[in-house]
Amino acid sequence: MSAQKHVTAPFDDATARSLRAGDSVLLSGTIIAARDAAHKELVETLRRGEKLPIDLRGAVVYYVGPAPAKPGQPIGSAGPTTSGRMDAYTPALIEQGIKGMIGKGYRKPEVVEAMKKHGVPYLAAVGGVGALIARSIKKYEVLAYEELGPEALAAMKVENFPAIVVIDADGNDYYEQGQTPYRKI
Amino acid sequence: MREIPSESITKAVAELAVRANCVLPEDVRDGFKKALRIEPSPVGRDVLGQILQNADIARLESMPICQDTGLAVVFADIGQDVRIAGGDFEEAVHEGIRRGYTDGWLRKSVVAEPLFERKNTGDNTPAVIHARIVPGDRLRLRLAPKGAGSENKGLLRMLVPADGLEGVKKTVLDAVIAAGPNSCPPMIVGVGIGGNMEVACLCAKRACARDVLSKNPDPRYAALEEELLALVNKTGIGPAGLGGETTALKVNVEWRPTHIASLPVAVNINCHAARHAEAIL
Ligand code: SF4
Repeated sequence: MSAQKHVTAPFDDATARSLRAGDSVLLSGTIIAARDAAHKELVETLRRGEKLPIDLRGAVVYYVGPAPAKPGQPIGSAGPTTSGRMDAYTPALIEQGIKGMIGKGYRKPEVVEAMKKHGVPYLAAVGGVGALIARSIKKYEVLAYEELGPEALAAMKVENFPAIVVIDADGNDYYEQGQTPYRKI
Repeated sequence: MREIPSESITKAVAELAVRANCVLPEDVRDGFKKALRIEPSPVGRDVLGQILQNADIARLESMPICQDTGLAVVFADIGQDVRIAGGDFEEAVHEGIRRGYTDGWLRKSVVAEPLFERKNTGDNTPAVIHARIVPGDRLRLRLAPKGAGSENKGLLRMLVPADGLEGVKKTVLDAVIAAGPNSCPPMIVGVGIGGNMEVACLCAKRACARDVLSKNPDPRYAALEEELLALVNKTGIGPAGLGGETTALKVNVEWRPTHIASLPVAVNINCHAARHAEAIL
């Protein structure tokens, strides 16, 4: 594995483009937690021609629905959810200026096309290690759609959040590159 | 007749909910330790290391292994000489899930209705209950919470007898390849062969919830489990789908008698957070 890169969220254009497929990344700064229901709300708001509850320019969106925080803790277990379920909404949010996404699993070709067009990388966190990932999340603050519970739109303050770039802004795919040497059928 | 108060069932289920979600079963943990020794991919080994470290944190801090604490699937083997006193059996199980998921700070991931409103029930009920009546005066409860990343990749094919063994292998391989990184590999693959449509699916689910050290008692099917595992581990998917040889820890197969014209095959995929816990009352 290549040496770990330290990057800060939100991303500017240069940071977004500097991340290459296969890079191991430690992310610090503020990321935006949103999954199925929040994506649906955001895209429906856009369709109605209304203003979004937050400015998405530069945002790094993390697909997560955390477990509830115990008293005194910022958050419960908080690993990534399957990104593919967001694919129907993602191109619209990329148009709104998001500059990075964190989740797990494959993306549809239309999402990769939008990523290439707007210079957006897609990162994966290891799915199912939510207790470990929670250690890098220092603060969790709901920004909108509180009624959605674990699906609310929220800001997360992170320090050294571990992720790996799986599809970069040029469309290079590390799932493919990583699996090919071990594929024997 | 042996009497079991419904409140004991509720308490047992509540305890199982927390234990299953926060403590990775020993058999699965040992499987990962072994995989760590043989996985050739450095990224794959790094992921396996994270899985083991995560399991330690979850156990010590009583945090869920994965935030998707799933639909609570409860297998209940009810002895025919048991009488449940003081309340309805299913309600006792749901109440246990309600308590365990609320008091244990587990995520509530159930919507009351699937298509129109999709409103969260707020307490992770109802559980999915698979009950059967068995000989004896005991009540065995096995809770296997199951997240959607892996559950969504389940597959049922109504094969015909001529499809045979090759058809079964292809079905399993197709399901695993389609699941890829989405189902948080290393997976545990449950395969149900035979029965009819719903029996094949239930067999696959039971196979998924079986220990990874267990083998099908029929040596032909035990050999098939090995063969399917070797096949799945040639896909290259590897831990977290980042490449490697540990795509699955185990393939478990369950079979049932079937119709002369049928060969149903169901594949239920479990992720590395292969949670299961058991209590006997
Ligand atoms: S597939 Fe399993 S490990 Fe992965 S996020 Fe879902 S429940 Fe967690």
